[in-house]
Amino acid sequence: MKLVRVLLALVAVLLIGLGGFVAYAWQPTIDPIEPSQAASFDPALVKRGAELAAIGNCAVCHTAPGGAILAGGLALPTPFGTIYATNITPDPDTGIGRWSEAAFTRAMRKGVDREGNHLYPAFPFDHFTHVTDTDNKALYAFLMTRKPIAAEAPANDLPFPLNIRMAVAGWKLLFFREGVYQPDTSKDEIWNRGAYLAEGLGHCGACHTPRNSLGAEKRGEHFAGGEAEGWSAYPINAASLAPIPWTVDSLTHYLRDGWEDVHGVARGPMAPVTANLGAVPQEDARAIATYVASVMGEPSPERKARAERLMAEPATHRPGAVVQTAGSQTVPVSATPENAGAAIYAAACSTCHDAGRPVPYGGLPLRLSTAMYGDTPANPINVILYGLPAPEGEKGPIMPGFAGVLDDDKMAALLAYMRSTFSDRPAWPDPRKLTADIRAGHEATDIRSLPTGSNAPANPSKRETAW
Amino acid sequence: MGALPDISRRSVLLGSGALVLSFSLRPAGAQTITSPGDETQNFQAIAEPAPELPGSLKTNPNLDSWIRIDATGKGTIFTGKAELGQGIKTAVLQVAAEELEMPFEQLSLVGPDTSESPNEGYTAGSHSVQDSGTAIRNAAAQVRDILIAQAAQRLSLPAEQLKAEAGAVVAPDGRRLGYGELVAADLLHVEAQPTSRLKPSAAFREMGKPRQRIDIPGKVTGGAAYVQDMRPDGMLHGRVVRPPSPGARLRKLDTAPAEALPGVVKVVRNGSFVGVLAEKEWQAIKAMRLLAAGAEWEERPTLPKAAELPAVLMAMPHEDGIVADDRKPVAGGKTHEATFTRPYQIHGSIGPSCALAHLDNGTTTVWTHTQGVYPDQKAIAEMLGVPVTQVRCIHAEGSGCYGHNGADDAAADAALLAQAAPGRPVRLQWMREQEHAWEPFSPGMVTKARATVDDKGTVVDWNYELWSNSHNSRPGSAGNLLPAQWLENAFQPDAPKLQITKEGNGDRNSNPLYAFPSRHVVWHFLPEMPLRVSALRGLGAYMNVFSIENFMDDLAVAAKADPVEYRLRHLQDPRARDVVTKAAERFGWKAGQAAPENHGYGFAFARYKNLAAYCAVAMEVMVEPETGRVRMLRANAAVDAGEIVNPNGIANQVQGGIIQAASWTLYEGVSFDDTRVTSVDWSTYPILRFDTLPDRVDVDIIPRPDQPFLGAGECSQGPGGAALANAITQAIGRRIYDLPLSRDKIRAATGA
Amino acid sequence: MVTLSVNGQSHAIDAEPDTPLLYVLRDDLKLHGAKYGCGLGQCGSCTVLVDGEAVLSCVTPILLLEGRQITTVEGLGTIEAPGPMQQAFIEEQAAQCGYCIPGMMMRAQALLQKDPSASDDAIRAHMEPNLCRCGTHMRIMAAIKRAGALMQTASTSTERAG
Repeated sequence: MKLVRVLLALVAVLLIGLGGFVAYAWQPTIDPIEPSQAASFDPALVKRGAELAAIGNCAVCHTAPGGAILAGGLALPTPFGTIYATNITPDPDTGIGRWSEAAFTRAMRKGVDREGNHLYPAFPFDHFTHVTDTDNKALYAFLMTRKPIAAEAPANDLPFPLNIRMAVAGWKLLFFREGVYQPDTSKDEIWNRGAYLAEGLGHCGACHTPRNSLGAEKRGEHFAGGEAEGWSAYPINAASLAPIPWTVDSLTHYLRDGWEDVHGVARGPMAPVTANLGAVPQEDARAIATYVASVMGEPSPERKARAERLMAEPATHRPGAVVQTAGSQTVPVSATPENAGAAIYAAACSTCHDAGRPVPYGGLPLRLSTAMYGDTPANPINVILYGLPAPEGEKGPIMPGFAGVLDDDKMAALLAYMRSTFSDRPAWPDPRKLTADIRAGHEATDIRSLPTGSNAPANPSKRETAW
Repeated sequence: MGALPDISRRSVLLGSGALVLSFSLRPAGAQTITSPGDETQNFQAIAEPAPELPGSLKTNPNLDSWIRIDATGKGTIFTGKAELGQGIKTAVLQVAAEELEMPFEQLSLVGPDTSESPNEGYTAGSHSVQDSGTAIRNAAAQVRDILIAQAAQRLSLPAEQLKAEAGAVVAPDGRRLGYGELVAADLLHVEAQPTSRLKPSAAFREMGKPRQRIDIPGKVTGGAAYVQDMRPDGMLHGRVVRPPSPGARLRKLDTAPAEALPGVVKVVRNGSFVGVLAEKEWQAIKAMRLLAAGAEWEERPTLPKAAELPAVLMAMPHEDGIVADDRKPVAGGKTHEATFTRPYQIHGSIGPSCALAHLDNGTTTVWTHTQGVYPDQKAIAEMLGVPVTQVRCIHAEGSGCYGHNGADDAAADAALLAQAAPGRPVRLQWMREQEHAWEPFSPGMVTKARATVDDKGTVVDWNYELWSNSHNSRPGSAGNLLPAQWLENAFQPDAPKLQITKEGNGDRNSNPLYAFPSRHVVWHFLPEMPLRVSALRGLGAYMNVFSIENFMDDLAVAAKADPVEYRLRHLQDPRARDVVTKAAERFGWKAGQAAPENHGYGFAFARYKNLAAYCAVAMEVMVEPETGRVRMLRANAAVDAGEIVNPNGIANQVQGGIIQAASWTLYEGVSFDDTRVTSVDWSTYPILRFDTLPDRVDVDIIPRPDQPFLGAGECSQGPGGAALANAITQAIGRRIYDLPLSRDKIRAATGA
Repeated sequence: MVTLSVNGQSHAIDAEPDTPLLYVLRDDLKLHGAKYGCGLGQCGSCTVLVDGEAVLSCVTPILLLEGRQITTVEGLGTIEAPGPMQQAFIEEQAAQCGYCIPGMMMRAQALLQKDPSASDDAIRAHMEPNLCRCGTHMRIMAAIKRAGALMQTASTSTERAG
């Protein structure tokens, strides 16, 4: 729970009570402006701003389910209290309508609001600080041309002393390095473009880099895997677990389309990211892929050999092989009573996952699934319990949830079978307990995977209205 | 269900044993198919029809083809129309009970059966009540009068002094003769008369009253309601393996793994037709999958480029059918034009097609949810190479079909498999992927409307063109049955022929009811069928009404006129004006009224086929610009279906039609690559789910006592879809001309 | 051999353990309520209750169901004595072809057993997995609301009687 760690960090900082801290922490108010006229922005700049906002995933956090877009109000629950996303529409009273461009740029660069209050690092200013003035200008133009919505975000529900924003300054002192992205001259332009987007607006590390006990990303473990909203964010560095190593091409496809032939479908908090990247220029997605692939590096000969072996497994079941409609399901392997997990897999999962019907509408053969290799089974548990609900009125993979029939013991048996069959890693520790915790709601599993009945948004770039 | 129902006609006719009525089948030679609601091109008209007789009595004039009364006074009604979920069973019994003066509860119904029921062709085109209802109403009135005459003879009283009530004829002195006492051999074996003494609607006690459908209690309590539920003793389960693509041929088949599975009785192969029979259903499914895995096919790319479908359709060779040509010279005015497109769409029955077939003593009996038992009988006999008399088709309900779905093909599959297991009933059901990929689709269409208007924006010249395949490839001959096309000695489908009829086909409703002074309507008929297509509810009517009513709104906007006023301006038919006015009034339509932000109001009207029910729909929607999602909020429909048999049933059909059309309009399109159909389940062919549902859909039925029945089963899809599109257009400020009105298109149109 | 408890009765089932519940209900137990619609868990026609939760019987192998309480639409009442859910669907005439209806009733039953006064929005969200093609949705919604009311009346009168 990154937020919990952040809050603990704040307490620690308060206790430290460094001299001169207040001088560092104090930030001036920037004068309010008259609300900008939409027409005063160049449409091309607004369009570029829209693309950048998509890369920044802004609407996903700044929109409450069913609420007006960017009008804030999304609750981020924590055991200590709740933080609410703010209204970033240009409403003069409840939004950012009175923010000058300078105030906006300062917020992005320093994590400080117009009035000089420190923003909680749930707003990833540690990444956004890398964004250039030019791009901030475009983002500003985009936000200021949105429809103003009067919506007061509920006050954060945090106990003293966590509710003192000055405390954030201490956290910044320890972990925050302000500054626009500086290109690496040893790398080419595309790589630098990708690094700029991935490290800056894209804030990939916010989920994919593990955090230290004070809630900051660990510097030495860049992209080594983290977690978000009850889902594992797998390593995207040299430690990548993907059984079929990622390439620039496959990553580009995945980032833009939300799925890829031999890696599967994006779910959980990654789904809106890919939905957003589907709306940005191909070159930007490709640049991000180029950078991330380079961070992952060339796979080891062992990984390559394994990938070749996995891809060569039964040809009729090879992903991407279009199997005729009548045979789009295949015969389950025989179930042995001694192995409950195998039997469950054979009867309930194999029908789709071994059918050879291509991703995204067919199930991914699990030997190709990164989720089988993860440190925890959080993602498989989320998907098996709650399925992939049908997107409303759009094509999309549909998987039924099995929460109603798989009790914790059967889940544990199934997970154990999957782990041992589809990966070469040691057994997951206590999958039964994690299942029980997720089922009980102890893990704050992302909104898009709520139990039965909830409709998966077809366009998850916005949390949709349940109407 | 234990033993199969005894299928000898005799046992049915013997009934309670007290009385034998001879049953008049038309001579075999005359059993070519027609239907008064003829959507056909493939069928010969029946010999010597009796055009002066009402409804389906034209083709089945004997009264006892329709009505039988046994010695206990219970009545049996025979209809050639199939229950498809439209409530026809109940409606037909209501009609019969009314005119027979019998209690509803004393009547039962026998549905379509080639050995028992009148040949009413297909159950299609909103004709059930119009044809069968009309025939049974007239037959019932005549039977009642025959019974009264019989009583008059027995009682030696003039018929005028007698009256029929509650299943008996009553004399002024109180003497009663029950129908069971009156009926005698061959009494009803007489031909219908051209005119009947029908009850005035003021005297109705049954018709026009809402009555609960007789089939619903069984359906909600798990009764064996559908052909899918039949479980006769000794039954085998069959599955077929379909080719991967329409152009595929089977090269090699490894049957050994499937044959080795427990429970597998037989693998059937004939050319590229492959099937399997097993003792249990799951065994059959597993065997089917093994067979599919062990099959090698040779495939050819035969499908058009999906992304360029409209251009492909417009460039195909075509034959022109003139639907209307009433061109007059017009003073030059402003001209408007619009082109609309629609992809292929599917019926998408929730229950995949199913049939039960039983080869016994040389006769193959097929229980099928077809819309036409007689045409199927003929086509299946041809496919099997046996005389028609060795095939019997009996209608059993299936999941709603909405037209020509896989029913007939599944019947053929079952019949073929049954040949491999004489003496054992074979139940064959399609898999979901088979239904999605192999049912005949509703054709992709392009329409182009052009209008010249005067200085007030009123239409002075109207031009309309449509590009479409035929919307009917029903059997027909054996070649129209899917499996017959894959047999070693394959049958070829009938060549589609262009025919311009009053009812219309692809051109149905292409000629608007509006009083345009000059008009020209052409169907560019496309004989080539790159994808197999046939009848979906309304045939061309949905797309034509959609196009015309969208375009009318464009014209209204150009004329700065209110859409309702603009329509009324062009409507002279008073009944049409009434439904338009009624729907607008009930909706609270006000000229020039602005909808709240991101909301829109839409209106549309059509008279189905220009012959059947009138329907107008007003709708409010809201659109979420950032996601392109549409939600219907409320709708008001006004309907004029002539005399009403069951108002609850009509409301159900009209409401359902609006919801169904919303799904077609917002979401649906078949996808395919150059070789294969790729929309093979609900994940790749999404339809409407509960989330989009309006808060209310109100239906007002305009009473028209003593007017003829007007078919209403398909009247609301066109206006419903068009009203939805017009509402979306108002909400987003732009019109989208290509169906479906998907999220992507709406997002693109709003620029959000 | 698997033992299944269906509608309160125990049945010894002679079927392979990977057999989906749907085929056992229909073929072995001759219970026709649950329907085959897609076999993929996409349409809800096969919905039954397992320990009160709505479950898709077409993708649920019987080996998972030993010791669980399975309820099908036949367990809600009979044609002579329909239960509240069935009564409501009859009164609202909430069917056209009716094929999807048993699945609809079972999913709705799972919701109403927990909350008989569920709101329209809650019903919509809960019913999302189930498809109807005839467009009977409006009446299905009305029937579910009515069923909720009937259940509440029934429980109130039971309480009074008790």
